[in-house]
Amino acid sequence: MTPRTVVGVMPARLMDPTAAPDWRLVRLGKGIMETLIQQLINGLVIGSVYALIALGYTMVYGILGLINFAHGDVLMVGALVALQTMTFLMGMAPGMSPLVMLSIALLVAIVVCMLLGFTMERLAYRRLRNAPRLAPLITAIGVSFLLQTIAMIIWGRNYHTYPQLISTTPLQPIEGVFITPVQITIIFGSAALMIGLLLLVNRTKIGRAMRATAENHRVASLMGVDTNAVIAFTFVIGAGLAAVAGVMFASNYGIAHYGMGFMPGLKAFTAAVLGGIGNLGGAMLGGIVLGVVESFGAGYIENLTFGFLNSSYQDIFAFLILGLVLIFRPTGLLGERVSDRA
Amino acid sequence: MITLLEARNIGKRFGGLQALSDVSLTIRKGEVYGLIGPNGAGKTTFFNVLTGAYTPDGGEFVFNGSELPTGKPHKVVGRGIARTFQNIRLFRELTALENVMAGHHIRTKAGVWGVLTQNRFTREEERLTTERAYELLKYVGIERFADVVSRNLSYGDQRRLEIARALATEPQLLALDEPAAGMNATETAQLKVLIEQIRRDGITVMLIEHDVKLVMGLCDRVAVLDFGKKIAEDVPAVVQKNEAVIAAYLGGGKHAH
Amino acid sequence: MNELAAAIPWLGKRNPTAARWLILIIALVAPVIAWQFGRSWVRILDFALLYMMLAMGLNLVVGFAGLLDLGYIAFYAVGAYTFAFLASPHFDVHLPFWTILPLGAGFAAMAGIMLGFPVLRLRGDYLAIVTLGFGEIVRIFMLNLNYPVNITNGPQGINMIDPINLFGWDLSRNLQIGENFSINSLFLYYYFFLLAVAGSIVFVHRLQISRVGRAWAAMRDDELAAKAIGINTRNMKLLAFSLGATFGGLSGCLFGAFQGFVSPESFSLMESIAVLTMVVFGGMGNIAGALVGAFVLALLPEILRDVAVPLQQTLFGHVLLDPEVLRMLLLSLAMILMMLLRPAGLIPARARYSHDHHLSNKLKQEAAK
Repeated sequence: MTPRTVVGVMPARLMDPTAAPDWRLVRLGKGIMETLIQQLINGLVIGSVYALIALGYTMVYGILGLINFAHGDVLMVGALVALQTMTFLMGMAPGMSPLVMLSIALLVAIVVCMLLGFTMERLAYRRLRNAPRLAPLITAIGVSFLLQTIAMIIWGRNYHTYPQLISTTPLQPIEGVFITPVQITIIFGSAALMIGLLLLVNRTKIGRAMRATAENHRVASLMGVDTNAVIAFTFVIGAGLAAVAGVMFASNYGIAHYGMGFMPGLKAFTAAVLGGIGNLGGAMLGGIVLGVVESFGAGYIENLTFGFLNSSYQDIFAFLILGLVLIFRPTGLLGERVSDRA
Repeated sequence: MITLLEARNIGKRFGGLQALSDVSLTIRKGEVYGLIGPNGAGKTTFFNVLTGAYTPDGGEFVFNGSELPTGKPHKVVGRGIARTFQNIRLFRELTALENVMAGHHIRTKAGVWGVLTQNRFTREEERLTTERAYELLKYVGIERFADVVSRNLSYGDQRRLEIARALATEPQLLALDEPAAGMNATETAQLKVLIEQIRRDGITVMLIEHDVKLVMGLCDRVAVLDFGKKIAEDVPAVVQKNEAVIAAYLGGGKHAH
Repeated sequence: MNELAAAIPWLGKRNPTAARWLILIIALVAPVIAWQFGRSWVRILDFALLYMMLAMGLNLVVGFAGLLDLGYIAFYAVGAYTFAFLASPHFDVHLPFWTILPLGAGFAAMAGIMLGFPVLRLRGDYLAIVTLGFGEIVRIFMLNLNYPVNITNGPQGINMIDPINLFGWDLSRNLQIGENFSINSLFLYYYFFLLAVAGSIVFVHRLQISRVGRAWAAMRDDELAAKAIGINTRNMKLLAFSLGATFGGLSGCLFGAFQGFVSPESFSLMESIAVLTMVVFGGMGNIAGALVGAFVLALLPEILRDVAVPLQQTLFGHVLLDPEVLRMLLLSLAMILMMLLRPAGLIPARARYSHDHHLSNKLKQEAAK
């Protein structure tokens, strides 16, 4: 209660460089159409990142009914581990091609996050599988803050500049509309990963085991599915996706920080709920929709409220959407029901 | 005889499954009425619709001469219908006594202000609630466990406690969902005595039960549900000989897979 | 109080009366002992008492009614800002303490109902996230409502808030008794807050063993069954939210007046989590647990600050873990380990939901017959 440093929450303005400069630039002299397309692109970029994170939430929820509160922080670990690796590589082999460097960093981040996901499940969540319903959630909150604290110990409280190994010089595909190569990579990279995940879940043996476990643990295990392994696998896959999303997120904004996982984590959760939690397609759709809504909202909120609210209120949209969806359409756009009825 | 509850053309659908279609039945004051049928026939759904846990898609209930609200459990209880659950649902952290006291909630009034000031009315009401709860525990025969946390009670005692809790709401109609499930012969016999006692005390009982012997020995009238439809309603002796009923129970008939 | 007394090792079970007296004495002399270590420790005790009130309020919502609220600190903020608006040079309004207190509580309760209405139907985990969002929205507004009209003064917060003034007695001034003896203001605040905590204990305990407390517990243990015995769960949830919020609002008022300034960073998510950890650590659903949890987790980080920092200096020559990191580490580990190893909390006393003596009187009557 004594004044303390703000912990775990990112100052919105600091972490919001995409939307802000772009649309301000656009508003200076461009037409309505260009503004619209620009915001659509911005929304699509951030939305694909949300979608990748949302997949992790939704897979774990689908199988365990647990909201893995710490999922957003896995993203942060991914981003910071990749940063560490890149810094290391730059020192060791300064001549290395940026693309190779990024790939190695990404790989290291993925492996570390997968190990982290595995450990979390093994040490904390597995023991609580039959505990009263609040226990796993409270534990997950604890894990989230523990991860942030550990990251704070390792990487300090500072904001780190993120090396931009893919060019951030904007291209102008249409007059007045800007998109950077990083953003293009994000959109296509996440699309590829999502397709990969869908194939994994729908076309492989382990995918079938995952679906069976989500349907009914006991029956699945009676049918010879090793449900413990499936659950661990789900955590690992979700963590891997989060690692990639973390690198994307940090590359896009050019900044990384121990608390950077919190907001995107929450927003991705919102995206998962919006799409219908437990539903993979829903998470993807929800992520994109949320990204676009947020981008438009941030762009127009000032006009809509007659200048009373400005883009520093951008983060409110996610919460409002979350609240509205849960109240009026708790099943989400495509999913199962979540409210408590008999 | 006076009609207590009349169900008129109750319907309930879950997705593609018609759980109840056009079920109408009449329960008379003071009788023990059995609702039987094979698994999945819609008995529990009927209970859930009656007590407001679900909203019916069609039809209405008339209780004591006026229509029952649908989808509002606490109002239904207020009108005088109490229920128990097939899989016992007690308040696990409360003692037996406190469970029954909680059951008295709807017949008491104390609000936050009364509780905070502990005024005379509130203290008196609380004392009466305690005494009444104790009497009810005695009534079902588990008063020696008054201070035991309910999750530590034996299975049979939990069943009794659930009945006591339902009685604490001062119902006119007590709806019991498979009260003898999981009980041995002795316990079932004791349960039968208890239900008869409840009826003698002026409370109408509606009963879902699988134990045919118990139903036939206890119920004044019986309705049979099959695939969400009422296929018979009469005194047990007649229902027992009904061919549709026999077919339904033997798993034969046109519905068999 | 009885639960707390019973929780004292050894003495609690043998001689509850003595244990109760012991607690009372400790509570009364604690600041005097703390004073020996420096005045900042008395201040820390004062804050610990505020945390106790918060923990009790949150326990009402989480422990009794089973509603996981992660935005609880927002109500604290409402109380604190109400006080700041109505008793500071910011708007140049200076209402008396006793006028603002009910207003702060009332606004917080209203905020509780506003939050409660839309989230009534949500399951536990969704409720948690939505309340978290609510807390963040309140914080975002506090941060940004300095433009275009300056309401909250943004991140700087509001300064020079009037101190607590009990009918002309200013608690921020040392009380002069005779010529050469004076009681420090921090002590005055301590005893005032102690009274507030004692009052809260009485209130919460009365609620717990009443019709209301039983209805909450019933709803928490089995919502469907609670409905089936006629409990209007919607109203009971709203009641829990608004009463819990009232506690938050009241302690927020006290906090604003005591600290003299408020700013958004005192109301971050971390604070909500800290209060939740206190409740979880002590034991959800029992008052003694909330009190002990708050006391221990408010004090421990400060003790660590005093011990761990110099210790690191001597061991490593520099500070590896600063106090803020230590606090987070402590809270998050407390939360995880408690859930894994001792989910019932430090003081796993079974909470009673009825008057003992009613039953024992009844039994005596029976025996007499």
